[in-house]
Amino acid sequence: MDILGISAFYHDAAAALVRDGEIVAAAQEERFTRKKHDPSFPANAARWCLEEAGTRLSDIDAVVFYEKPLLKFERLLTSYAEVAPRGIRQFVAAMPGWLTEKIAARRSVREGLAKVDPGATRRPPLWFGGHHRSHAASAFFPSPYDHAAVLTVDGVGEWATATIGEGKGNRLRLLRELHWPDSVGMLYSAFTYWLGFRVNSGEYKLMGLAPYGDPDSQRTRAFQQTILDRLVQVREDGSIRLDRRRFAFETGLKMVRDGDWDSLFGFPRRRETDEILPHHADLALAIQRVLEDIVLRMAVTARTLTGARHLCLAGGVALNCVANGVLRDRAGFEGIWIQPAAGDAGGALGAALDAWHTRRGGPRESAGTSDRMAGGFLGPGIDGREVHRVARRYGAPNRRFDDPAGLCQHVAGLLADGKVVGWVQGRMEWGPRALGNRSILADPRDPEMQRRLNLKIKFREGFRPFAPAVMAGKAAEWFSPGCPSPYMLFTAQVRPERRRDDATRGLAGHPWREQLYVARSEITAVTHVDGSARLQTVHEETNPLFHRLLQAFESRTGCPVLVNTSFNVRGEPIVCSPDDAYRCFLNTGIDILVMGDRVFLREDQPEEARRSLKVGAGTD
Amino acid sequence: METLKDLWEFLKVRKRWWLVPILVALGLIGLLAIAGGSSTLSPFIYTVF
Repeated sequence: MDILGISAFYHDAAAALVRDGEIVAAAQEERFTRKKHDPSFPANAARWCLEEAGTRLSDIDAVVFYEKPLLKFERLLTSYAEVAPRGIRQFVAAMPGWLTEKIAARRSVREGLAKVDPGATRRPPLWFGGHHRSHAASAFFPSPYDHAAVLTVDGVGEWATATIGEGKGNRLRLLRELHWPDSVGMLYSAFTYWLGFRVNSGEYKLMGLAPYGDPDSQRTRAFQQTILDRLVQVREDGSIRLDRRRFAFETGLKMVRDGDWDSLFGFPRRRETDEILPHHADLALAIQRVLEDIVLRMAVTARTLTGARHLCLAGGVALNCVANGVLRDRAGFEGIWIQPAAGDAGGALGAALDAWHTRRGGPRESAGTSDRMAGGFLGPGIDGREVHRVARRYGAPNRRFDDPAGLCQHVAGLLADGKVVGWVQGRMEWGPRALGNRSILADPRDPEMQRRLNLKIKFREGFRPFAPAVMAGKAAEWFSPGCPSPYMLFTAQVRPERRRDDATRGLAGHPWREQLYVARSEITAVTHVDGSARLQTVHEETNPLFHRLLQAFESRTGCPVLVNTSFNVRGEPIVCSPDDAYRCFLNTGIDILVMGDRVFLREDQPEEARRSLKVGAGTD
Repeated sequence: METLKDLWEFLKVRKRWWLVPILVALGLIGLLAIAGGSSTLSPFIYTVF
């Protein structure tokens, strides 16, 4: 039985195809249209899913949309009615989209599907899942656990903003819900806005800024207390109540009441281009601590309610890898599994899996120790012919390697020489992280690498840390704990013997630039200022080539760790095809591009190709 | 038509009848907006306001 899951019309539209419970294909629309967070109907992604599965729309047994638009519309109208006449501007801004597209989701999805396969002779039935149920399904069904507590936390779905559930075998029950407008995601996004980052995409930056805050300062403690006293009441079970008078997201086009927050925290809202100052970092740390406390309480409640020894997580808040690290260490579970596409894109996969297991009663065998995500490599693949075509189109000189071992040895040598490598192999990752198939790689030992990647290649705020990819078997020698983290969704501490704490002592609370460019460890480019790292463990079973490259780098340098950052141009999504990759390569300071078995050196590339592909520089 | 049917089913299940006047008003405004786009009807609509 083939089921096509769809998420669309808000942000991060995606499609996923499940065949008899097995995930065949999953991809976000943005990777095809090249528009970051593209919310439009995922026609390209759905078309590709059908191609990958070798099927037609007519042969699909059901299409499932990831949420219930009418229930969402009810929430919207109820909220507006409650606060009217305030909120009129937001109401007027929202209604056209609702009346033309979202309220008629059935029609919108059908029209979208007609574009996917215009020659389809049969319309498959269209079902609607629930937003948080889809998240919960995306977390539990692909997980390696037979029995688990399930926690979903995000901004809002229909009414729910967080749920606690229980998964057992092929069954999933939602046990508790937290309802709008009390939302952990909206609380965190309010601070994202207040500290000058973009809501819905800048939350990573807020999380990355928090470690620059001074954990021992009176100011950080005062901020934390202000949040708890004046903005949010946190209950024992992790449920929260926001003080609605202090937020504007229900009534306006902003997240908070600026003047009110000025007086609460004693400084005005930071604009995007303003310098980041120590009090901004202290506030980021304060809200991060509050978030961690809330999700920890929720997780403990989930454990108490279900008696499960494992936890599955999804929803946008589950992308907060620092909070996930706290759950791993303190929530009392033996194991935690997080859906790599924890945001709304993952809803497409969850909706399809839920339809198979719950609606159809499809069996689910316990996967044992590994999950069912194939390492997250569920997107479009590259093949040698396509790479060859791109090379020919741009007249791009390259060197081809006959065997993977030779390729890895060669690339490891280049990395050890300080080169920055764009690495494009196999199937694209599902979810927002590049996990070694659409990645930029570099040597983490080089003290200048972080600055170089930030300023010359990523062109972004320098305070954000890079992530390390480490051979799974060597993780414990470099990180503590060295638990599996295949999707880069947990933080760990760089082991004390690898750190140079004497170099960073006394720097807490200083401006971030003073803290940043200090040799903090043997792998300084991936060590955050608090000694943490956003760890990715690389497993031979799911990505043998990347594992081999790490092995080759280790045998040359003694270090089984590489910097792994996403391969993308600023304002654009991660590269998908060889053509995207070659364009990005020429528009950034990447030294080497490796696609499949071919190696492209920057200095060899023709000037004409550089000129013709020149776009706005920078990656994000 | 399918959307109206969905809305009706939804209202029956959720029993949120107080939404009906809001939905009708929104529908009328929507119709006016669409009609306003047509050059033959727009002069009459403008006089309404």
